[in-house]
Amino acid sequence: MSVQEPHRIIGDGGDLPDYPVPDELGEKDLLELYRWLVILRTFDERAVMLQRQGRVGTYPMYWGEEGTAAGALFACEDSDWVFPSYRQNSVGILRGLPIATVLGWVRGYGGPAGFYNPRDYRLGPICVPISTHLPHATGVAWAAKIRGDRTASLAWFGDGATSEGDFHEGLNFASVFRTATVFFCTNNQWAISTPVTRQMATKTVAEKAAAYGIPGVRIDGFDPLACYKATKEALDRGREGAGPTLIEAFTYRIKAHGTADDPSLYRDEAETQKWLHLEPVGRMASFLRRLSILDDDKDNELRLEAKEMIAEGIRGLESLEQPGPEVMFDHVYASANPWTFTEGLEEVNSVARKPEPTPPQPPSPPSAGDVELTPESSSSTEEG
Amino acid sequence: MAELTMVEALNKALHEAFSADDRVVLLGEDVAQTGGVFRVSAGLLKEFGGERVIDTPLSESGIVGTAVGMSLYGMLPVVEIQFDGFVYPAFEQIIVHVARYGWRTGGECPANMVIRIPFGGGVRAPELHSDSPEALFAHSPGLKVVCPTTPSDARTMLLAAIGHPDPVIFMEPKRIYRAGREEVSDQMPIDLVSANGEASSILSTARLARSGTDLAVFAYGATVPLSVEAAEKMEAANGTSVRVIDLRSLYPLDVEAITSHASECGRALVVHEAPRTAGIGAEVSSLIHERVMLDLDAPVGRVTGFDVPFPQFANEDDYLPSVERITRGAEKVLSF
Repeated sequence: MSVQEPHRIIGDGGDLPDYPVPDELGEKDLLELYRWLVILRTFDERAVMLQRQGRVGTYPMYWGEEGTAAGALFACEDSDWVFPSYRQNSVGILRGLPIATVLGWVRGYGGPAGFYNPRDYRLGPICVPISTHLPHATGVAWAAKIRGDRTASLAWFGDGATSEGDFHEGLNFASVFRTATVFFCTNNQWAISTPVTRQMATKTVAEKAAAYGIPGVRIDGFDPLACYKATKEALDRGREGAGPTLIEAFTYRIKAHGTADDPSLYRDEAETQKWLHLEPVGRMASFLRRLSILDDDKDNELRLEAKEMIAEGIRGLESLEQPGPEVMFDHVYASANPWTFTEGLEEVNSVARKPEPTPPQPPSPPSAGDVELTPESSSSTEEG
Repeated sequence: MAELTMVEALNKALHEAFSADDRVVLLGEDVAQTGGVFRVSAGLLKEFGGERVIDTPLSESGIVGTAVGMSLYGMLPVVEIQFDGFVYPAFEQIIVHVARYGWRTGGECPANMVIRIPFGGGVRAPELHSDSPEALFAHSPGLKVVCPTTPSDARTMLLAAIGHPDPVIFMEPKRIYRAGREEVSDQMPIDLVSANGEASSILSTARLARSGTDLAVFAYGATVPLSVEAAEKMEAANGTSVRVIDLRSLYPLDVEAITSHASECGRALVVHEAPRTAGIGAEVSSLIHERVMLDLDAPVGRVTGFDVPFPQFANEDDYLPSVERITRGAEKVLSF
């Protein structure tokens, strides 16, 4: 069986050609999607920095996978439910989730400092266990179908998740009950140190769709517009009652699995370099420049705006207080606390607290001269 | 008023819940067309339709996982796990999501579902159709775990569990599904929509099953009628007065009832089918020793299943607590 070439819209300015932009997207939309990409990129780079400074805990970076999150979300209606894995940890900020809340979660805060109400953003909680949120996405779209609503759902997950049982159970239920669910696999070819060839004997993730009698679509996961287009088509099909779609966004994990990981132990970083020129932020910027939609001024404006936005979020993080011991007990039950909690609170309140380690001072606010992202993502990067 | 078995009482509760609130749905294997392998959901499909009474694929994690999504979207799912030993594939969904969703969402989106599990032995069933996994759930914060013993309790507690905002693991003692009949009122025992406080109370209190003064026996499910039978035989044989308490709630345990009954009788015994180590009996025993040890005349005893896989059914009578084993256990505590 030959491997299907991933669909793409944005070329690389060299051998890979550009294809037409979906009709429904105007210049304003394209700039907005680019703005989202810049926000996600800026968040990711800042979050890694915060981890290095000891101001947040272990952080799973997504550098290079911004297009899978932003592109797919851009295709969703505001009422559609989306379910992130930890690799889409900050996608909620594109729906108004406070940046400080996302960072608070990474800092290990619970309660209102790190958790949120999913119904406020149609956004599932960040799912740490692998693939277990797929049946949740199915359940939401199924309930919407029972209610007669047009609400659809989408879940992001990685190539490793396809080896888990809940991948099968989520897709199987969705296909049997024809729910409007998009299963969006970011196949970045690595699950910490485990290569995709050890996750599956199939050549692609997309072909697994055949087992469920549903469409399987393979796209270039570094291409935000391809991510958008495939998701939009899948959502449209779902809303028409045609059931779920499996999307494989074929990409590469440019960075480590997380801040505690060292990829040099298990892979050749020269291989990683080969994928860099495809990364989505610089690629989208170059594409918009080729279409004369983006210039230096606009690009700098968007990047500065994103930096200010994230800096404001970091200030929000720094203004959060370490939650007291009561947050361990708060809301474990929606009904009255069981008596064991009364005793637990008494005990924990009777001993002195170990103070939270003092993090370094926050950096000074960004200035107009402080708009460089890392070299790989610079807007002037147009490697062939 | 009608005299109902536990199966009929549960069936009545489901009909009542489906009528009272159109957010209630039932998901499970063979629950719709056949009405469940024990017929607990008989008649529901015809009355409420296939969108609410749903035969699912054989996929316990998928059933519980999609119910989490349904709950997020505002439904009130009731899940039937066909047999106790089939719940293990759903264990991850139950522990990492069902139990934690309320906590993880600041109390906004508790996974307010009921997971019904017919459990326990004594029905000559194949392997993995006779397990008692309740302690696994009682040890998992975020869940309420209950077990009714009488038809009337089964109906009231199921309605309370459905109306209750927290996820409830609803253990159904299948051996006594049809063991006896009891009058069940036609009046709704609670208002489903505003059930929170009342439902919490129903789901967290023990019940006095038999009065007595010399020994308090704590049991739940199918071991309650066995304990009552043992108590009656002991009273007839030598006048010993044995009190039997039906725990009903396995998490949270009714600590006030447990300590006061143990304290009043001065001697206590715990009975369950589940293996002994780290079982519910260990917790009940600890509570009594921690809180009212000075009122005791003897250490708390236990009559339980053994720390082995539930046996092939040719040996299930060797495994299960019997009237004779309960009597022996009681005599040991009484003669200390």
